[in-house]
Amino acid sequence: MSSQLNETILDVRDLKMYFPVTRGLLRRKVADVKAVDGVTFKLKKGETLGLVGESGCGKTTVGRCIIRLYQPTDGQILFEGEDITNLPEEKIRNIRRKVALIFQDPYSSLDPRQSAGNIVGEPLKIHSLVKSPSEYREKVEELFRKVGLDPSMKDRFPHEFSGGQRQRIGVARALASEPSLIICDEPISALDVSIQAQIINLLEELQEGFKGLSYLFIAHDLSVVRHISNRVAVMYLGRIVEITDSNILYSNPLHPYTKALLSAVPIADPFVEEKRERIILRGEVPSPLNPPPGCSFHPRCFKAIPECSQVIPPLKEVNTGHEVACINL
Amino acid sequence: MSTLLEVKNLATQFHTEGGIVKAVDGISFHIDEQEIVGLVGESGCGKSVSQLSVMQLIASPGKIVGGEVIFEGQNLLQYEPNGPEMRSIRGAKIAMIFQEPMTSLNPVLTIGRQLTETLELHLKMDKESARKRAIELLGMVGIPDAENRIDDYPHQFSGGMRQRVMIAMGISCNPKILIADEPTTALDVTTQAQLLELMKDMVERFHASLIIVTHNLGVVARYAKRIYIMYAGRIVESGSTKDIFANPRHPYTVGLLKCIPRLDEEKGRKLVPIEGLPPNLINMRPTCAFYPRCAEGSERCSKEPWPPLTHIGNQHYVGCFLNDKEKKSELST
Repeated sequence: MSSQLNETILDVRDLKMYFPVTRGLLRRKVADVKAVDGVTFKLKKGETLGLVGESGCGKTTVGRCIIRLYQPTDGQILFEGEDITNLPEEKIRNIRRKVALIFQDPYSSLDPRQSAGNIVGEPLKIHSLVKSPSEYREKVEELFRKVGLDPSMKDRFPHEFSGGQRQRIGVARALASEPSLIICDEPISALDVSIQAQIINLLEELQEGFKGLSYLFIAHDLSVVRHISNRVAVMYLGRIVEITDSNILYSNPLHPYTKALLSAVPIADPFVEEKRERIILRGEVPSPLNPPPGCSFHPRCFKAIPECSQVIPPLKEVNTGHEVACINL
Repeated sequence: MSTLLEVKNLATQFHTEGGIVKAVDGISFHIDEQEIVGLVGESGCGKSVSQLSVMQLIASPGKIVGGEVIFEGQNLLQYEPNGPEMRSIRGAKIAMIFQEPMTSLNPVLTIGRQLTETLELHLKMDKESARKRAIELLGMVGIPDAENRIDDYPHQFSGGMRQRVMIAMGISCNPKILIADEPTTALDVTTQAQLLELMKDMVERFHASLIIVTHNLGVVARYAKRIYIMYAGRIVESGSTKDIFANPRHPYTVGLLKCIPRLDEEKGRKLVPIEGLPPNLINMRPTCAFYPRCAEGSERCSKEPWPPLTHIGNQHYVGCFLNDKEKKSELST
């Protein structure tokens, strides 16, 4: 098992996703939005990698490129050793069986006209994973139980469920095709605090149950990401600025942006808060349409030196397994 | 510090086709001069409605059905919602910052017009000095190049900048109380931190008091001196922030604290979710609404009316039968 767990399931190399900005009658391309601009990371079997960053940093785009909802502009995506970057449409289906997606908004991501059972069972039909109607029924019921829903509710429609239950349906649908990787795109941010814990626990239990299930957990809530992830990658304007083991990231953040991001999150403990140092960043995240030259964080950085506006710092290993993109290190 | 605003037994109901929704069901709270108070609860618990009721901004089918809102010796609820008395208080002495800066700014008016409107109305400024003051205010809340940006429309501002404009509008008439209703929920983490810091600085500078309405326990832990915890239209626990975090006494408060992951703890702790769902507020029974989800509930909770808030220590109040004298021993274990 341990050798299997060290296997790399996903290998993303220098991924770029540029969205063209067109103008005029002829839709001439006038610029690119560099949503993802050279992202490299690996994900091991059974591991959870957290991908954090503020809105517009490209974290969702990374997830969508991996499942090929977007055709990346450049770079490579290797899934279970196979290059899937340019796989033709008909072969992509096979990949989508093994890579599932859980969406952010449990209200808009479920078809309101299909029953919960149909929603959960659809992947089984599409990928021909069941042979008979009775097997289908059993499978759907099993999936319902797995995510903590009563199978008798399978004939109900999405509007009859609460937000937390809907997200459970989303999780069940993702599990239906027995994927080895689930991309969770902000799976809990639309839910109430007391319900969030239910979904986090469910995701953790599922990973314990299916050995080797990996998560790419995309979120902006750093407390949640720390809780669930083995490793965390911090993104800023289309690039990863720091990636390391989650405990190290939180105890010893090295990139100034990571430091600021961590200090911006208030901890629910007034005694801790009293003593915490706060780094308040100036300004806002610049537009990816027109990113600052050099390190895109330098206009807001409290450690910036003149060179920062000239060189794009590469991600380099500072300590074992701890990579940071900052020329000051 | 003397009490600035005192709300007693406030009740607001919505009459819907399905029945009566008791969105706010008899809550009492107060805020002292220059104090920062947090009002915490999940969506639908009535925290926003309670603040809108203070401002008398409840639209039909909603109705304030009881209680008092005492501000500067007067009960604000005796005034007509659109009467001159209320209008002279709203925005001038008690100002509000709303959650969604996109929808709470008027898209067809320039930022400047929206700011000067308040100044001209409440402070009787002439056009020129109102504009000067508006530029000053925009600069104060950190909008660069305010002289030029004052003529921009809301859509030309980013979300964080819009919320800065809202803060500028909020403080423009030197209010005594600023009510911030989920002021940073729709914003990014680093912007959130900037704006909360800004709000804190502004109320300090203007010697105002701040009510932060939020679902984020971290935000209140960082900024509030006292907090009120709401559930299903009622306040279930209140006290100094430190007391509540160190010694939470209502099972709901305890549950909330256990179910959130903390930034400063290592991976591995199992979160303890609060089972079940927040109740549907239509035609609620008069018993404790948290009872169906409560791990500590007893038969008494299902029979007797909702337990009143009892004083259990310095400024610390809790509404739960577990804190009755005869049960005290049980709790300490």
